[in-house]
Amino acid sequence: MKFSIMVNEGPYTHQASDSAYHFTAAALKAGHQIVRVFFYHDGVNNGTRLSVPPQDDRNVCARWSELAQQHQLELILCVAAAQRRGLLDQDEAKRAGKDSDNIAPGFEISGLGQLIDAGIQADRLIVFGD
Amino acid sequence: MASKKFLYVNRKAPHGSIYALESLEVVLIGAAFEQEVTLAFVDDGVYQLLQNQDSSALGSKNFSPTYRALGDYDVNRIFVERESLELRGLAKEDLMPLTWEDEDDDWAEKDSIHVVSSKELAEIIEQQDVLLNF
Repeated sequence: MKFSIMVNEGPYTHQASDSAYHFTAAALKAGHQIVRVFFYHDGVNNGTRLSVPPQDDRNVCARWSELAQQHQLELILCVAAAQRRGLLDQDEAKRAGKDSDNIAPGFEISGLGQLIDAGIQADRLIVFGD
Repeated sequence: MASKKFLYVNRKAPHGSIYALESLEVVLIGAAFEQEVTLAFVDDGVYQLLQNQDSSALGSKNFSPTYRALGDYDVNRIFVERESLELRGLAKEDLMPLTWEDEDDDWAEKDSIHVVSSKELAEIIEQQDVLLNF
């Protein structure tokens, strides 16, 4: 089956990103296809490369990057949601005159059209959040 | 492109969290994709459609006028749950009028908002392909 995943909450405060990660990893392991993982609302905070969690805890952000690398997974941060919350790639940072970008490897910034397209392409769109 | 039925379920008050505003942003972008779009307003989500909203004391943007543009985007299937209105002491008259012009009926102006029971809304949800909850 083809799944698309939507993550609507940030790391650590809320379980949404953990559940989405476990679902995505399990679906891939079972041979299903993931069309795209789309991060919206505070979910865009999963895409920071500057997160430094305690060493005895899971690394929610880095885990997504590793999964993306292993499976050529598409991780998309909504551009409007990301800009509001200070998640910028090199191009966005330059355009906004900021001194740094902070996007983790494997993540890309793109538009909400990617969410609609994910809903169209997939057999099921699974939403993780409140 | 395959056409699917998208339902946006709006469950939260317009202010106090960003879900309502960012939901509306998805609806407006999604309207360009030529899919069948339906909006549902339940629980505190019914407050999103209240008339005469004024958020100036909050210092946050009053985005409620944007809902009036939905008709121009061919988003005219808007369902509000009756039970959610009644629990909050509201009636359809408390909501802002949202209309659309029917091209197939000499551009007659028609009401986009339909107040439906919880049971009717469940049937509408059952018919959808893609559900987005906000």
